[in-house]
Amino acid sequence: MLGALALLICCFGDGKERAEVESGEWLPGGETTNTLLLGVNAYIRPVSNITDAHELDFFFTGNAFFNQPWVEAPSSTSARDGLGPLFNARSCSACHPKDGRGSPALEPDEDFVSLLIRFSRSGSSDVGGPVPDPIYGHQLQNNSLPGVPTEGRPRLRYEELAGVYPDGETYTLSKPVYSFTELAYGELDAAVRWSPRVAPAVYGIGLLDTISSERLEALADPDDANGDGISGRVNRVWNVRAGEHQPGRFGWKGEHPTAYQQTVSAFVGDLGITTSGALKDDCTSVQADCLNSPDGGEPEVTDEMLVKVVNYVRLLAVPMRQRYDDPDILRGKWLFNSVGCASCHVPNHRTQKVSDLEELTEQNIWPYTDLLLHDMGPELADEHAVFDAAGSEWRTPALWGISYLKAVNKHERLLHDGRADGIEEAILWHGGEAASARDQFKNLSVDDRRHLIDFVGSL
Amino acid sequence: MKSHLSLALVGLTFIGCMGCGDKQADAVKTYSEIVLASYEDSLSTAQALQAAADALVATPSEATLQAAKDAWLASRVPYLQTEVYRFYDGPIDNATDGPEGMLNAWPLDEHYIDYTTEDATAGIINGDQTIDAASLRDLNEKDGDANIATGYHAVEFLLWGQDLSETGPGARPHTDYLDGAANYERRGLYLKTAAAMIVEDLQTLVNAWKVDATYRKDIEDAESKEGVRRIMTGMIVLSGFETGGERLKTAYDNMDQEDEHSCFSDNTHVDMIEDVRGVQNVWLGSYTRVDGSKVEGPSLKDAIADVDSALADRLTSEIADSLAKANDLPTPFDQAIASGNDAGRAKVMALITALRTQEATLEEIFQLLELTIPQPE
Repeated sequence: MLGALALLICCFGDGKERAEVESGEWLPGGETTNTLLLGVNAYIRPVSNITDAHELDFFFTGNAFFNQPWVEAPSSTSARDGLGPLFNARSCSACHPKDGRGSPALEPDEDFVSLLIRFSRSGSSDVGGPVPDPIYGHQLQNNSLPGVPTEGRPRLRYEELAGVYPDGETYTLSKPVYSFTELAYGELDAAVRWSPRVAPAVYGIGLLDTISSERLEALADPDDANGDGISGRVNRVWNVRAGEHQPGRFGWKGEHPTAYQQTVSAFVGDLGITTSGALKDDCTSVQADCLNSPDGGEPEVTDEMLVKVVNYVRLLAVPMRQRYDDPDILRGKWLFNSVGCASCHVPNHRTQKVSDLEELTEQNIWPYTDLLLHDMGPELADEHAVFDAAGSEWRTPALWGISYLKAVNKHERLLHDGRADGIEEAILWHGGEAASARDQFKNLSVDDRRHLIDFVGSL
Repeated sequence: MKSHLSLALVGLTFIGCMGCGDKQADAVKTYSEIVLASYEDSLSTAQALQAAADALVATPSEATLQAAKDAWLASRVPYLQTEVYRFYDGPIDNATDGPEGMLNAWPLDEHYIDYTTEDATAGIINGDQTIDAASLRDLNEKDGDANIATGYHAVEFLLWGQDLSETGPGARPHTDYLDGAANYERRGLYLKTAAAMIVEDLQTLVNAWKVDATYRKDIEDAESKEGVRRIMTGMIVLSGFETGGERLKTAYDNMDQEDEHSCFSDNTHVDMIEDVRGVQNVWLGSYTRVDGSKVEGPSLKDAIADVDSALADRLTSEIADSLAKANDLPTPFDQAIASGNDAGRAKVMALITALRTQEATLEEIFQLLELTIPQPE
């Protein structure tokens, strides 16, 4: 049954409560789950039930376009030109390596690759969205084509924050401190709000795209009517193609309602590539060289190619869980529920019927997210509002697949800006609505803290 | 039609066949012997490539350049047959230190390494970064999947140059290595370093598969079904995703020379043939060494035939069909995929279809044996 709390069983003779294994929870993507390849290739497989037609039509070519670099127009490789004039990376995979997660710069003088900075001013657009900075636009693009100035060079350093658990064990958190150097069009106005965003993993998006709006509304409780301290909100965002507001799902503040729109936005914002969904590069009126650069056609990526990239992403499989039934993991699962993590990291959903990619239809999935906005407290807040999301609100990210993050992407940086190195640090940064759960975590014994962390680490 | 992969089951179960565990164990032993022999052959031919590269740099001439190209082509034959050992986190591609990305990464951005017709001063060679093994390892795949600095295709680019011809491969002049060419010394150093690194990485693979080496013992001591699972994972993914998909279907769709696997040397048809032959070697338990001798033993086919002989026979004929279609590809490959070349494109599509059929049968066998990824201890 959906949303049922794991039953508790008491055994193994130590008096500690443990959860039961629930049917199918080791297959987080249901029938679509990748059960063939783990390790460094855990995120690259197509859904297990992919049809021949979809694999041939979408997956292989979409994969090629996702991985291969785009080049400046005009070029002999006309299928792949149109990069820039301003961009953050040259390919999707530069920021989402092997369909996984990006990392922030870790050395003080390191250039940003898979972390970008969004800009906005106060107020909202005519559809309720963020207002771009008139000089720098929607985001800082730190790369450009020859002849076009790059917008600037952001830099990152960390301040160490020492902490102590109630039982005396110590921990350290790293607070990121950003600076902007070499700004090409003058200093940032004091009124500019900015928000660092690291590239999330892209597997599982197809399934998340098909959780019903009714389900999201049912999980939402914006006024905390049930008094449990959790007030998840649907972010009502603008669907450009549909011309209406819909629940947002993708992006750190849930700014995009569909995989299609997320992809279109990433193409134009991060690569400078236009599509029929976004025909203009992010050049502001002061960026003359940007505006005057040649383009690679209008649009630079055809609808035929765009649909292959979007469907490639939608057809990526979530990997199976390898550890799910050993007693320590089941203890961690019980704690995950009793401490309250599952209130926002909702474990289980069922997807709807999907007409174009039937492989995704009616699957029993375990993403551990409610896709809703939650106030995470002042330490994680920026002032960058996006539709209904206030500066301190973030959409719950999915936890599935996290067990392979180290193997695939060689790091374990978590949260919207990758500030947390590993699961324990990520938990300790939780504030706002999550403060009570975080405090309960801190009050657990050192063994129980380890079991909870290991449970999350087994997903 | 594609079969569904089985849903994972907890634990391992043997399904009723007396003694088939033994045949599976024997198949794993034969596999290990074939793996070692093919890596040894890859190493010896790479050493010959290194010697030829050194000779070219010492005395650049049309003759030494051609000898180096011939050595490169020869070194590809055994190496491509080893690609079927990928995809199960074995020594070639485990997450910690597998050298696959250093050896055979593709596609490659030419501008990252050396000059092109679009940019005469492009690449590491025309820059001032240090050229040595440690630096090139750091530069490989840095900030982008196509930023390839090492391996077979980097050496291929250094020997052939960009392929600007409709009828033939790249035509880099030997004078690129002679006094008078910009950065000729750095280019020579790069070539020698890259060739030496291939040898170094292949040596670690040979060491990993020697009798009594850690990994060899690991795969032979594991439950025989786990050994078979790893073997078959490599066969499935190479047949479908990698060769059929990444290398063939993508090139077929884009009709772009850039998508050709060995785009500088126009050697792609050999890549396809030897990749399929590698799958066949593992299936039939027989590998023919570069010196003509054979390494053979009880095969995976024998083990499967015990369980379902019709299925085993079907796979045998499907693999043979793929190999025939690979041999039937018109050359050069970049013309076969070209827009308007209906006959060539039909043959590429025929190979794609044959590989997918083979993959589907492999998945049927995988399901039949109820192979599952084991839980970690």
